[in-house]
Amino acid sequence: MADANGSADHLSLVLFSGTDDKLTAASILVAGAAALGKRVDILLQYWALEVFKKDCLEKDHGLSPEAGPGGASLLWRAGERGAPHWSETLRQAKDLGEVRLHACAHSLELFGLEQSDLDPLVDDVSGVASFMADAEGQMVFV
Amino acid sequence: MSVMQVDREIDARGMPCPGPLMALIGAIREEPAGAVIAVLSSDAGSRTDIPAWTTKARQELLSVDEEEGYTKFVVRKAR
Repeated sequence: MADANGSADHLSLVLFSGTDDKLTAASILVAGAAALGKRVDILLQYWALEVFKKDCLEKDHGLSPEAGPGGASLLWRAGERGAPHWSETLRQAKDLGEVRLHACAHSLELFGLEQSDLDPLVDDVSGVASFMADAEGQMVFV
Repeated sequence: MSVMQVDREIDARGMPCPGPLMALIGAIREEPAGAVIAVLSSDAGSRTDIPAWTTKARQELLSVDEEEGYTKFVVRKAR
């Protein structure tokens, strides 16, 4: 399982996309990793950072283009069957294990935001180098 | 199949992946060592996820039974 550095027990996730389908897929990956005891660090960039603005999580963020016309109704039916919102899955993952969300400093500046403008799920503001310095093991980009 | 006494049963049927596993982990945290917990799951991912987690977390998977439309997992909190 873990190598000599224990790095297999760490997942670094760069979250770039701000559509509900990708955020759902990413939150499920995070929950699975947290369930297995992996430490997870998430860097929120661009459109993913934008949805983490205060009072914005639960809004409709649309779907990625590959979802096509059928995609929306598919996800809607999943919600009807009781699938939790992706933000709830992330919250559960944070309760379950060591999951930290970092706002990318550059993206924050781009949107003219400060950490106080973000949802409390976001732990801190991070530069890309410090995120990379800590990013041993698996790296996922969504 | 198993006549094991179950201390707590979680009906996670209808929950999508990885909900049933997360519900199991939550229950394992709350119950004392030795407690036997059953999870009912209709999520196909649980069939691989719950055994993978019990191995990794060193918990004891007592039984896996396929029922009509769901799977029943029985886990003893080992530690």
